Amino acid sequence: MDPISDFMTRHHKDCDAAFARAEERAAAADWPGLEREAAAFLAEMERHIGMEEDLLFPAFEERTGMQGGPTATMRMEHEQMRGLFAQLRAALEARDAARYLGASETLLILLQQHNIKEESMMYPMLDQALGEEAGQLLGQLQSAAA
Amino acid sequence: MIQPALRLDQAPPVSVPFRFFLGAPPFLVLAAALLAWRGPEALAWRLAPAALALTHLFTLGFMSMVMLGALLQLLPVLAGAPLARPRAVATLVHAALVLGTLALAGGFAFGAAPLFKAAAALLATAFAVFLGAAGASLWRSRVRSQTVRALKLALVALAAAAALGVALASRWGWGIALPSAFAGLHPAWALLGWAGLLALGVAYQVVPMFQLTPAYPRALARAGAATVFGLLILWSGASWLGGVQWLADLCALALACAYVAFGAVTIVLQRRRRRRQADVTLACWRLGMASLIAANALWALRIAAPAALPERADVLIGLLALVGFAGSIITGMLYKIAPFLAWFHLQAAGGARAPNTSEILGVAAQRLQFRTHVAALALLVAAWAWPATLVYPAALALAASGVLLEANLLRVLRAFARARGELQAEAARAP
Repeated sequence: MDPISDFMTRHHKDCDAAFARAEERAAAADWPGLEREAAAFLAEMERHIGMEEDLLFPAFEERTGMQGGPTATMRMEHEQMRGLFAQLRAALEARDAARYLGASETLLILLQQHNIKEESMMYPMLDQALGEEAGQLLGQLQSAAA
Repeated sequence: MIQPALRLDQAPPVSVPFRFFLGAPPFLVLAAALLAWRGPEALAWRLAPAALALTHLFTLGFMSMVMLGALLQLLPVLAGAPLARPRAVATLVHAALVLGTLALAGGFAFGAAPLFKAAAALLATAFAVFLGAAGASLWRSRVRSQTVRALKLALVALAAAAALGVALASRWGWGIALPSAFAGLHPAWALLGWAGLLALGVAYQVVPMFQLTPAYPRALARAGAATVFGLLILWSGASWLGGVQWLADLCALALACAYVAFGAVTIVLQRRRRRRQADVTLACWRLGMASLIAANALWALRIAAPAALPERADVLIGLLALVGFAGSIITGMLYKIAPFLAWFHLQAAGGARAPNTSEILGVAAQRLQFRTHVAALALLVAAWAWPATLVYPAALALAASGVLLEANLLRVLRAFARARGELQAEAARAP
């Protein structure tokens, strides 16, 4: 049983789907559609990052006493993502589809290599470090995701 | 008891992968030059000296060059284990691989024993150092993904292919007698083992990742690499012992079927992708998988019905497997990895306003090079059928695709250097 791995990995897939819907609208230069889908994608991403930075990582850091370890790297990559989120929003405001697609292509690679690290290393470490506590955190995650 | 943390922050310096990437396309140009120089002879028989020189310029100079460089970059990401002394390893492996490949191709082209001796020593060094460094990282890793499993098997296959290759080069250099099975086992471990298993392991991760496709079927991901590896062992045993040709043929057929299945599943997954954007990397993968299926179908036919195809069909199979399959996949991967690495290292330099990957390398430049690559593959296949007339246009197209690929990689490097210069100047101006 790896409750956190399973839940968070599934949520990655939801984020991926939202990413693809927004990118498709950008490629079609469908502005109302893109505004809707990009907002949904960015909200999903912020929610995901929030679950990690506000719930999971602090619990891991407290349990293991590691502040500057893997969670610090993950937080740094989240910051890089936020930089690209800002570029997406700026492209949306400027109605520049090429700029949106450029930033979103970069974001996809950053996102996916980040997800590999989380799914194969960070989440298993979380499940292992948190033990019994993982089930209780999962309840909080589910209500945060709802 | 909590395990010590996996390290997630160990990207090697940008010069580590880039020296391999930039070093690879010139070998395409060299291969093209050799093809133009030796003409139809180079496509006549797979064991002709000119064909062997051509093959190794491509497999060592282009394929392994990029594969080793990309692994030095990706192993820490995929396995979460840092690479010890990445700069020193990269410098030594790169230099030994470049010189060793040149020596080996020269050895074949000029029939010169001293060049074979140099090649054996240099290539043994390159692969031993790489395997030591990458193996230490991979076997220390606690990650238990299908990709890590496939990569371990790919490295074992590389060790086997390299050892067999060095032994064969030593035969040419020092006249050492070797079991005759070695000549057949070396390409099997190099292509079906090292290149094929690496492609499998990488595909499990990057096919779903770049195009947002469904994951590979669990059974295939779990058993694929191990099955291929097991079949290679069995085939090697049967070929070495002799007298059980039926078993060797059966293993070879099963290997061909396994790679056809891998290609077919990949194409189906890509058709079911959630990401509708069709980029050059996707086109590269499709061409690569179609070539993989074609090469393995022809090879299966060669084994099952030897009379159906001439022995020269081996050259066609080689062209499809090397240029069509490996060449295409490697090109597609370079177009994802190189711009992203440039962007990633600019981020580390503090560049929130750094150019994004599409600004670093535009899609038009990628597409032009990809079309040239397609033309080169088509002309090479046609030159196999009509060597006297088409071998020269094929060589020209191959050279052009190499030149354009190098130009694109240099474009990435220039964009990186310019943006980094601007960031540094900005930082210097800041109070």
